[in-house]
Amino acid sequence: MIRAKNLSKYYGGKRALGPVSFEINEGETVGFLGLNGAGKTTALRILACDLRPSSGSIDVGGADVVSEPHEVRKRIGFLPENPPLYMDMPVTDYLKFAGELRGMSGDAIKKRMPDVLDITDLSTVAYDPIGTLSHGFRQRVGVAQAIIHEPRFLIFDEPTRGLDPVQIVEMRNLIHDLKQSHTVLISSHILTEISQTCDRLLILGQGRLLGSGTESELGVRETKIFQVSVTVRTPTDQKPDDADAAIHAVLEKVDGVSGVSKAFVQGDGMTFALTTQKDCRADVSRAVVEAKLDLLKLDYSRSELENTFIRLVGGPNVSN
Amino acid sequence: MSATSVIYRRELGAYLRSPWSWAIISAALLLAGIAFLAMDLKGEQLSAIVLERFFWSTSWCTSVAAGLLSIRLVAEDRQTGALVLLNTSPVREVSIILGKYLAALTFVALMVALTFYMPLLIKIHGKVTGSQILIGCFGLLLLAAAVLAIGVFASALAPNQLIAAVITGAVALGMCMLWPLSQVLSSPLREVLGACDLWWVHYQQGTQRGVINLKDVVYYFAVIYFFLLLAVKTMEAKRWQ
Repeated sequence: MIRAKNLSKYYGGKRALGPVSFEINEGETVGFLGLNGAGKTTALRILACDLRPSSGSIDVGGADVVSEPHEVRKRIGFLPENPPLYMDMPVTDYLKFAGELRGMSGDAIKKRMPDVLDITDLSTVAYDPIGTLSHGFRQRVGVAQAIIHEPRFLIFDEPTRGLDPVQIVEMRNLIHDLKQSHTVLISSHILTEISQTCDRLLILGQGRLLGSGTESELGVRETKIFQVSVTVRTPTDQKPDDADAAIHAVLEKVDGVSGVSKAFVQGDGMTFALTTQKDCRADVSRAVVEAKLDLLKLDYSRSELENTFIRLVGGPNVSN
Repeated sequence: MSATSVIYRRELGAYLRSPWSWAIISAALLLAGIAFLAMDLKGEQLSAIVLERFFWSTSWCTSVAAGLLSIRLVAEDRQTGALVLLNTSPVREVSIILGKYLAALTFVALMVALTFYMPLLIKIHGKVTGSQILIGCFGLLLLAAAVLAIGVFASALAPNQLIAAVITGAVALGMCMLWPLSQVLSSPLREVLGACDLWWVHYQQGTQRGVINLKDVVYYFAVIYFFLLLAVKTMEAKRWQ
């Protein structure tokens, strides 16, 4: 189990992370989601004992990151954003080196090597120098060095960064296989990527934990927010600005509507986006008809996880 | 197997695989050979003088090569991101620095060994003893080992190899200028600075002449220890910021 309590990290006077608290259970696959600069990499580097936290405590499998860093390092396999590779070394030599650094014996490495090459699909390039490999293969070598010593916890920082679509699918499958036997922590700013791989999400923004839960939990919460798009015929007896204000006033009065966007005029129609707390399409259509306006179109959508993410991290308003 | 030995083997392999390392050695050997022909063998001289001249000219080539070979040790790993592997492994900083330093020292020792044909020629055609040659080579190795230690410290400190090279050059050259500088000062600064000189006092007036003094050996070991300790402390500070 990983337990972080009031974890924070400052670079000089600038806060990069925290204070954040979270727990990750053994066997879980957890995604750290956030925009660039949200504190994901900082959090993972602290977990991997690459950075010392400024304050707070973090326990990885019973060992404290600050007081027992070597114990923690034995338990984790870390793949940073740029895999830590020696380009001059052949793949197997590099993996042997990584294993020896983690205290593995020669026999243990010899026994483990075929499995690692098989899991990461590196058998065909096992004796090639890393510098001659493609980006996708290098990323796989990065994963291989993280799992060679059979750690309990795997920490992958943006594992699909720079990969092409085929390689992304392969990496996703690889992580899916690793999930079966490890606790996996993955960071990404791509929601669709992380939501397909992880059991639970921790959403970070500006160094703070903005939300956490399973995809469905975050989705359920989001069912309270709806988006309704309504298009009415532009009244010919009013100036456009006056018509916009009048229709705006009608829509705002509808029960459950919490926000109305400015009108988007196209052809003879004016479209308004409404943010509502319930499905109030019937009320909206009734109000439009009672105001003697011609209803041309009525659309409804439930906000998806992408919008949850944008809303939580303080991005563009979902109603716009 | 200890972490020092694991890192030592990797770094030595990196030196042996790198064309850049061989280019540095080749250039140093070429310059040493040219200096031997053009300067050391010039005119009719006693063979002991020729040997002393050889150790004088070779010391500069070896020191510059040692400095250039050392700057990559930590700074290159930091630049490529490979240092993260060491930082997130259960390995102590002293093992990282020692493993890297000893690998560089082995490679420099190979270079010193490759210059051996020149003093051997002097021995064959002149009257110098084997011990004079061995003491000279030992002194050369001590000087190179001290420059390497300065380079490892600079490499641990600098964000890239270029800055590491500048720091190594500045510190090593500065330490070589301490004796001339001390001559314009009054006592006791004169004696203190003079004793800290890297080249004139402990090399040129000692092993270069085939004389081995315990104080020279102690001085070089102290310099090596001091800069390796600084490198370890720098690594500790940077690793666990």
